[in-house]
Amino acid sequence: MMNSRSGRIRALVLVTGMGLLLNACAGAKVGETPAAAGGGGSAKACGTLNLAINPWVGYEANAAVIAHVAEKNLGCKVVKKDLKEEVAWQGFGTGEVDAIVENWGHADLKKKYIEDQKVAVDAGPTGNKGTIGWYVPPWMAEKYPDITDWKNLNKYADLFKTSESGGKGQLLDGDPSYVTNDEALVKNLKLNYKVVTGGSEAALITSFRQAEAQKKPLLAYFYDPQWFWAEMKLVRVNLPAYTEGCDADPAKVACDYPPYVLDKIVSKKFADSGSPAFQLVKNFTWTNDDQNLVAKYISEDKMTADEAAAKWVAGNPDKVKAWLPKS
Amino acid sequence: MAPVTGQATSAVTAVTTRLRGRKYLLLAVLALWVLGWALLNGRDTLQLGGAELTPLHSTLNEAMDAIDDGRNSNPFFLYFVNYIRLFLDQAVTLVQALISQPSFGRPVPVLGWLGVTGLATAIALLYGNRKSALLTAAGLISFGLLGLWEESMDTLALTLTAVALSLAVGIPLGVWAGMSNRFHRLVTPVLDFMQTMPTFVYLAPLTLFFLIGPASATVATMIYAVPPAIRITAHGIRQVSPDTLEAGASLGATTAQSLRLVRLPMAKQTIIVGVNQTIMAALSMATIAALIDAPGLGKTVLKALQTLDVGTAFNAGLAIVIMAVVLDRVTSAASRRVEAERRAGRLLTPGARRLQVTGVLGVAAVLGYLSYTYVWAAEFPVQANVGPYVRRAADGASAWAQDSLVGFTDAVKNLLTNGLLNPFESLLTGSPWWLVFAVIVAVALLVGSARAALATAVGLAALVLLGLWQDSMVTLASTLVATILVMILGVVLGVWMGRNDRADTVLRPVLDAGQTMPAFVYLVPILGLFGPTRFTAIIAAVVFAAPVAIKLVAEGIRRVSPTTVEAATSAGASTWQLISKVQLPMARSGVTLAASQGLIYVLSMVVVGGLVGAGALGYDVVAGFSQHQLRGKGLAAGLAIVVLGIVLDRIMRAATERADAAAHRGQPHK
Repeated sequence: MMNSRSGRIRALVLVTGMGLLLNACAGAKVGETPAAAGGGGSAKACGTLNLAINPWVGYEANAAVIAHVAEKNLGCKVVKKDLKEEVAWQGFGTGEVDAIVENWGHADLKKKYIEDQKVAVDAGPTGNKGTIGWYVPPWMAEKYPDITDWKNLNKYADLFKTSESGGKGQLLDGDPSYVTNDEALVKNLKLNYKVVTGGSEAALITSFRQAEAQKKPLLAYFYDPQWFWAEMKLVRVNLPAYTEGCDADPAKVACDYPPYVLDKIVSKKFADSGSPAFQLVKNFTWTNDDQNLVAKYISEDKMTADEAAAKWVAGNPDKVKAWLPKS
Repeated sequence: MAPVTGQATSAVTAVTTRLRGRKYLLLAVLALWVLGWALLNGRDTLQLGGAELTPLHSTLNEAMDAIDDGRNSNPFFLYFVNYIRLFLDQAVTLVQALISQPSFGRPVPVLGWLGVTGLATAIALLYGNRKSALLTAAGLISFGLLGLWEESMDTLALTLTAVALSLAVGIPLGVWAGMSNRFHRLVTPVLDFMQTMPTFVYLAPLTLFFLIGPASATVATMIYAVPPAIRITAHGIRQVSPDTLEAGASLGATTAQSLRLVRLPMAKQTIIVGVNQTIMAALSMATIAALIDAPGLGKTVLKALQTLDVGTAFNAGLAIVIMAVVLDRVTSAASRRVEAERRAGRLLTPGARRLQVTGVLGVAAVLGYLSYTYVWAAEFPVQANVGPYVRRAADGASAWAQDSLVGFTDAVKNLLTNGLLNPFESLLTGSPWWLVFAVIVAVALLVGSARAALATAVGLAALVLLGLWQDSMVTLASTLVATILVMILGVVLGVWMGRNDRADTVLRPVLDAGQTMPAFVYLVPILGLFGPTRFTAIIAAVVFAAPVAIKLVAEGIRRVSPTTVEAATSAGASTWQLISKVQLPMARSGVTLAASQGLIYVLSMVVVGGLVGAGALGYDVVAGFSQHQLRGKGLAAGLAIVVLGIVLDRIMRAATERADAAAHRGQPHK
């Protein structure tokens, strides 16, 4: 009985207290200030742009700038979806993704979705050139200048021994997103190295950072464009030059990686819709320097993707103008 | 009971007489193995390069493609799945509209931070206790302070929906499995499969059926979160003593009545433990589900990982840990309350309880109304954001560790890799497959039983057929080394924790953090310290698996009856003798449970290991998720991980049974 009465009193006090509080603090009410959302009449013409965001910063830079221009200049509603590459391609078939704005190769997915299922179409290159290769940290290239020629790699194999490489030199591979020829290359170039699987981009970048800071030897697979280049200028090891078709048989590859033309892929439905956003995606091209700058804003300067895009767009009005649909 | 006892004794005598012989046989088998390895090194090792495929892998790939293509031409499947998808999407979106996303034409969700905090605290107070309510309030406010209110609420919305649905599916199935032996036998291997199959294997196919968005994320979470609900509910139902049931039956209760009036009430507390485990499992999927656009904290973690931003990842990881701890403590408090009420009757008179409920809910309603109406109570104040400090501190700690500890960690890594892992791995991968096959089956026979040996043989044959023999052996070597480290930590810290309440208070939050902090958060610092190596993968597995082992060992130690301990102490046993001769042997079942759970947890980290340099099966799964042409191989690797889990589990269980039988010899059967 005691218990219940004190409970009642406590509840009463609390409720009254709350009531007082309610009267006392006349804060701004929700919805009082008219929401500035909605871009007016032009939004109708554009509609929604479903943009896949693949998980690397360079991609995000492309997507951020396209999204920014689509929203500000064309009045589109942009929906960004964070997806791994293959899931994003599946989205073309299910109608949930309109555009992928930085695609690295993926010949098999192109065959499946563009040629066989005909749910996607190529929307042209992004202007970025992708490079894949073997790299060493800057201090090594300084100390051992001739290491940049693959013919000298065997001479230095001892330097690259680790607990993982079983007495040979270690070639650190990494990102599971790309097919590498590295095992075949090591075999066919008769290198005394073992390919060790790093397993992620984080593993590669952390290894390069530690190798440079601790002056430890490292030979690893890496690629450009990538935000990490703004932090460290890796030095490329030159493999036998790439010639057309030298990589035709994956088991017999003995030449460098081909240059990649990075491109954009859009869904068939989106391409046929006549949306101005499609024109924008199709016209979009820029250089590696442009992308690396926006990627640096995001990764080093910790801006949000949209802030980074706004900053770049403000500084490059002419490039942006060239992408907009002519009307 | 008599024939059982007779059988047991005869089996036990057989064991005792043959025990010594077995030990020598085991040594002989191992010696033969080393000899065979030295002679035949490098022959028949079934190696398969990173990008190489077997015909089976290509077939699996084509089969998966065929399923993809059949999606549009199979209307029944399409409609059926479509309705499930619509329902799930709506459910998650509704909860999001209530607590996390702008909704119903408002710029903010229906309930703002004050309302959610008030409501959650009220629930904790009504179903748990005052302490858990305080913790809930503090936890929820800390999401805002970390600057992650909206992300946290998104994660909470997804987790709560997935948990509610998991329980709606899991508890009825669990009751069924508790009542029917046949169903129990049927469902157990399915649950094993669901828990050990790496999520990466089915994540991409899921989005084909459930499309990109909350539905796929919910299904992915449920696949992992339903098994504990089913298992633990079944366990609870089975625990109800047969005497009680017989009493009910003799009073003429039907099956339905006895379920409703006897079994369910008696199993209530255990079922709440199941709820607790379901919540933990669901939260542990938050990061991985973000790979298919699941909203919430997982996205923040993954985004941060792209730029190796340890601070931001840690900040979000911390919010996940806090959410786990709050949910864990509230459900635990609720289960204790249920137990207390069952024993002592209601804590309050019905009238007082009604009043309490009204009062507490009234306050919560007022807070909810405030947060519905006023901006200050709807959006967490931006000024009160300590996120940047947390971020900077974590960054600093990570950078400091990577710079100054690396010499030491490198030495540890090299010592353990060269001294333990490399020899063991080269023995497993360098010997011909048929030799390893024979050795493992023989070991299963010697330490376990004929049945375990048969299961082992079938499992190993499956590994050969899957075309991933060598990768499986590499993963097996790392898994066993990691499990050994987990058990060393488990026994040392578990004994300490079980004997010392203060140690328990200090260690428990650390262990909770180890279990729930997403591995992606500490990937970068441990990569900096140990490099991309198999050892780094082992460390990650130990961080995740050791807490479970430590908790289970501590639980076992605590359950040793105090009278026994007192008797031993008064007989003059030293602390060391007390631990080694009394407490550990008596806590044996806890220790073996710790070993088998530790193993399962280590296996569930194989894929994360693949991200930090473990290669082998973990990397095969990751690569299969990223590259279309490696999908089949990824699926095969996922199956191989499941097979490894089953084989190791069977051997360990048989060994435990044998050891138990040996330990009970001479003692009268109860």
